[in-house]
This record gives sequence, structure tokens and C-alpha cells, in this order.
Amino acid sequence: MNYQYNIGCSLNNLKGIREFIRTSLRDEHVPEIELSAIVLALDEMCSNLMIHAHHCNPDHMLELHIEIPNQGKFIFEIVDDGSVFNINEFNEPELDNLVHQKRKGGLGIRLVKAIMDDVEYLKRGNKNVCRLTKLIKAD
Amino acid sequence: MVQIKRLQEEGADIISVIGEIDASSSIELDLAIAKSVGEGFKKILVDCSALEYISSAGLGVFMSYIEEMKDKNIPLVLFGMKEKVANTFQILGLADLLNIRENKQEAKKLANELSV
Repeated sequence: MNYQYNIGCSLNNLKGIREFIRTSLRDEHVPEIELSAIVLALDEMCSNLMIHAHHCNPDHMLELHIEIPNQGKFIFEIVDDGSVFNINEFNEPELDNLVHQKRKGGLGIRLVKAIMDDVEYLKRGNKNVCRLTKLIKAD
Repeated sequence: MVQIKRLQEEGADIISVIGEIDASSSIELDLAIAKSVGEGFKKILVDCSALEYISSAGLGVFMSYIEEMKDKNIPLVLFGMKEKVANTFQILGLADLLNIRENKQEAKKLANELSV
């Protein structure tokens, strides 16, 4: 199965992204706790891109693709043409440092890496593709 | 998206967070906690029983208050979290850094112990 959703880079659209993921995976028998984690990871990736690559310009678009090649394997792609925001190039901040610096950011990357099995970046034509893969064992 | 209500019980300010906290709404939580501190409350409880979702933006708000609350000797205790929300805190290992209790009664007890 394949699903697609296009959305402007406004943080007010994050709720729509979460609903799109939930609706698309509704019939895939993903346990609620795993589904919530997937929704969270996509929210984090999209909000990072909206803020850092698109400065929350609602005229800039993100394309979300979901591909389910076989049962238990979920491939999520976020396609855009902004500057690349590669989370693999960022070191996750230590939690202690975040507390001392009273920083409010830096946790999202840690969440995405903890939740997803793979995070990779590729080019498709002149577009950037961020591909997140999640494997879920059958119950 | 998120609604925040505050009420006071036995000298504690109870901040109820209703709905979803993401990058667009985390500022509301931040303002509510700042207001509570600004008004001089010595115990702050956050009722998460109607919190349906929290992303890193919301978690970051709680993290950013840890030191200030320690310095000012104000216990900040979260309670009533649903499992899917608690899981987000657990993924990051924040459960050990923040004060989290099952229910309001236990949260009040901890706040009282910490404020002695």
C-alpha cells in the first residue's frame, strides 16, 4: 500500500500530519504504543524540516509518502526541496547538558533515532528525500 | 489544540494540560509554568490525565525548568500520564530526571516531601 500527503511548512499543520499517519496505518495492526511512537517520530522530523530548512514558510511544501512493501515493514519518506537537514550529522546532546543549558531543543533527534530502525537521506532529481524505516514484529 | 487550566489546592498550583502539545503549542505550557512560578507558588503539579500527545517541544519545556525549580526549591511534579504519553518520556530517559507520579494524591505527597 502507498499513501501520500502534501502539506505546507506551518507548525499548525503538524496535527494534520499526525492524523494522516494514524489514518494510513489504521488497518495495519500496529500496536497502539508503536503507532504513537511512529506518529511522534514523523512529527519530529517534519517540525525539524519546517523550522530549520523552511523557516516555517507555509508556501513551502513537504510531501509525505508511506510505503508498506510487506507486512511489518513501513517506509516513510519526507520529500522537499529545501536545504538538507541531516540528523545523522548532528550529535545528540547529552541530557545533562540540556538540563544545565536550559535548552528546549535537541530532544527530537534523539527520539527519532530511538524510534526508527533506519534514517537515511537520498536525492531524487532535485528533491531531498529523508527516508525513515520502521520494522514491527507481528504479535 | 491544547487547553490549559489552573486551580489551587492546599497551597499547590495544579496545571491541567488538556489535548496535544507539539511544536506549535508548547509555548502555552511554558507560559503557564512561568506564570505559576511568577505568582510565587511553592509547589507546582502538572495534571497530565487529559494530555493525549506530547512531542519533544513539550518535553523540552519540562527539561528547561529542572534547574530553575531546584534553585528556587519549588517541586514540580507531573501526574496522571497515559501510557502512550509516558512512553515518550521513557524513550528519552526523562522519567528519571523529572518527578512523575501515578495520581494527584501521590504527586501532592511527593511535593510535600520535597518542599520540606
